[in-house]
Amino acid sequence: MLHATELLGADAYDSAGNFVGRVNELFLEPADQPNRIARILLGRGKYLPLVARYDHVAFVAPGVIKLNVEEKALDYYAPNESWLAVGKDLLDQQIIDTSGRKVVRVNDVDLADESANGTVELRVTQVDVGLSGAARRLLKGVASPGIIRRLQQKLPTRAIRWEFVNLIEPDPLRRIKLRISNQQLEKMHPADLADIMEELSPAERQAIVASLDDETAAEALAELDKRLTKEIVETLDRGKAADILEEMDPDQAADVLADLAPQASQEVLEEMPGREASEVRALLQFEGNTAGGMMNTEFIFVGETATRDEVVSWIGSRDVHLESLDTIFLITDDATFSGTVPAARLLLAAPDQRMADLKTEPLNSVPPSANEKEVFDLFDKYNLRSLAVVDDKGRPIGAIAVDDVVTRLRGKL
Amino acid sequence: MNLATLKQRVQVWRDRGAEFGKRTRILRRRLLIFLAILGPGMITSNVDNDAGGISVYTQAGAQFGYALLWSLIPMTIALYVTEEMCARMGVITGKGLSDLIREEFGFRPTFFLILAGLVVDMGNTTAEFAGVAASMQIFHISKYIAVPAAALIVWVLVLRGTYRQVEKIFLVACTFYITYIFSAFLAHPNWLQAAKSTVIPSFHFNAGYLLMLTALVGTTIAPWQFFYMQASFVEKRVGKRQYSQARADVIVGSVSCMIVVFFIIVCTAATLYVSGHRDITDAGQAALALVPLAGRWAALLFAFGLLNASLFAASILPLSTAHVICEGMGFEAGIDRKFNDAPIFYSLYTGMLVVGAAVILIPHAPLYKILVLSQVANGVWLPIVLIFMLLLVNRKDLMGEHVNSPTFNVIAWLTTVAMIALTLVLVYTAIFPNMASEAFAFLKLKL
Repeated sequence: MLHATELLGADAYDSAGNFVGRVNELFLEPADQPNRIARILLGRGKYLPLVARYDHVAFVAPGVIKLNVEEKALDYYAPNESWLAVGKDLLDQQIIDTSGRKVVRVNDVDLADESANGTVELRVTQVDVGLSGAARRLLKGVASPGIIRRLQQKLPTRAIRWEFVNLIEPDPLRRIKLRISNQQLEKMHPADLADIMEELSPAERQAIVASLDDETAAEALAELDKRLTKEIVETLDRGKAADILEEMDPDQAADVLADLAPQASQEVLEEMPGREASEVRALLQFEGNTAGGMMNTEFIFVGETATRDEVVSWIGSRDVHLESLDTIFLITDDATFSGTVPAARLLLAAPDQRMADLKTEPLNSVPPSANEKEVFDLFDKYNLRSLAVVDDKGRPIGAIAVDDVVTRLRGKL
Repeated sequence: MNLATLKQRVQVWRDRGAEFGKRTRILRRRLLIFLAILGPGMITSNVDNDAGGISVYTQAGAQFGYALLWSLIPMTIALYVTEEMCARMGVITGKGLSDLIREEFGFRPTFFLILAGLVVDMGNTTAEFAGVAASMQIFHISKYIAVPAAALIVWVLVLRGTYRQVEKIFLVACTFYITYIFSAFLAHPNWLQAAKSTVIPSFHFNAGYLLMLTALVGTTIAPWQFFYMQASFVEKRVGKRQYSQARADVIVGSVSCMIVVFFIIVCTAATLYVSGHRDITDAGQAALALVPLAGRWAALLFAFGLLNASLFAASILPLSTAHVICEGMGFEAGIDRKFNDAPIFYSLYTGMLVVGAAVILIPHAPLYKILVLSQVANGVWLPIVLIFMLLLVNRKDLMGEHVNSPTFNVIAWLTTVAMIALTLVLVYTAIFPNMASEAFAFLKLKL
């Protein structure tokens, strides 16, 4: 195994044994192969720099590279946006460690050298973020490579495998050229992704949100610090912002929009499809710290005379967000709210049991104007999982879920 | 007057009322935004008036009376210009100063810069505990009780708090500097002369005067404060849109810092200078000497101010240092994290507090030498940091349209060069005290 630090600045010799130049940079070409060192930049002082290709390398050791061609066979260097520079783009920069779910800074890049029929191929195996990489950087050129290698064995290594490295590139065009994919990020839990985004600079955050799919972006934004969410949504173009907000629960979308300037909020709403937009508009009318401002308009209500089986098959036939389904609200014939049934009770109920028999006592509901203290008190007193919000005629218009209550209470800590 | 014109007039007044209401609403909103942003600039500038700083201001007032007051105005400008660059970098890039240096200049420069920072700040932290010991003397509390207690209080505060809580406590600490204003009034100074000396510069070409001037500048602009300020703007997530508020914070901070300096100098000028106690070497002595001159209350307030400043700086300096080191080396940092998430950060913080306090507890520790040495170290480190800052803040790829304007660059470079020259003098005289006064004596002959 070699380290990029040992190769950057190494002397390069051609097949005739003549000194060509010093290694100034190692390039990957991610569009071609994700981890192979495709080009080696050889600086020659006042002469134009040359580039060696991966199949030009005959031998590699710390501080030395030997080529299998003559100097005149090498091309002159021309900058290329789709090349990833190990020295400039990786060393000292921050990356996202998708397995450890953290933002870390690269101290060194580890390379594997595999030789096959006269050429040596270098492949990036992992990035070093620990003390041994730091020591190498510090001692390079001061102590001999042998001494450094002996020393680093005594130091703890912290490295991240190349597959789990997600580069942070704010420039969207360069992201595409470098084939930076967000698959790993999209697999992460939204809360972890939000934590990572909080670590980054505004431009980098923006780049991540812009390149995530709308659903993941929506989930991550919902977990993010309110101020940051506002900042991100303000900077996104209105169409993309609308796409992302559409994927959120209406109450979350309303919370985000309520924080924006009225003008921006209007513009985003106009970009959203009619049904979602009107739901969010309805929610926006309520003050943030009332039951109306806390409630979600997506909830399940059924007639109290329905049987357990009818309800289960009806839920199965609809596109219901299962994670948030813990309570079913009951209504009477004249559409007034008449009770709640925890979803867990359905498990043990007989197939033909009426919903009205399953409901919990007492009957709790609040008007949209109720303040948040009243809501918290009800949740605390009756250990609720969700609470119905009803209008002045007693008809359910929304529901407050326990996770929203937790979020708000935590904000008050 | 007919009804139509009356109606019209009422309508005009109504409109004006609505307009006024709208304006006050906008004003109130702006003020609220400003108050939310307020913090980093205010805190950083005020921590400048730490134990070492207060000692220097005290000496300046005791030795030269009001004569040095004029220097406060150019110093305010220099402080603002340099701090504003960091605030701007923090707000625009969203990255800390050591982060930026690491990304743009590589590992090794960062490492040595940070190592130097650790050594310098270690000295400064020790000086803060010396300030705690000196101020508690006035209250007749032994340093063997006061210093460990202070270290413990500071440690618990930061370890147990979140950024917002800690910042609030720090802002309260900022208001305690007001004690110096009371002290100054109790000392019954000659306000007219003080005002004159502030506005009209007066040069005296003698060694002591120039040295004191140098020391004043040297203690006011300290290198660690740039790191701290930028990091706190980043940690507070102040965005581009709130930049004007951030700048206002920096202005308020640098001006309020200098107002405190003004009152310290006025207070000691009116008492120690007038009565001939001109050989004061530190703020503790000054407080003791104030008792017969300005009364017990003035002295107690003065000592309390010193205690507050020392405690305040003792909590921020190690915090800032730990931040800088972790940021630059890529370790996790920040007081919003738990100990297990950022072990190196908290170990550094704790270690600096323990060592700083322990040095003071050594019987017959050369406190005065520690103070001077820490200032010398500051002086050596400062030009390097300033140059890195100027290089970074002028990078278009980092700052975009927010690079320094030409005028700003001129002021900033002038400040840097002046700082380098002044600190070179300071360092030189600290190392060769006799040679410097000989050199000045020679100059005086020539002049």
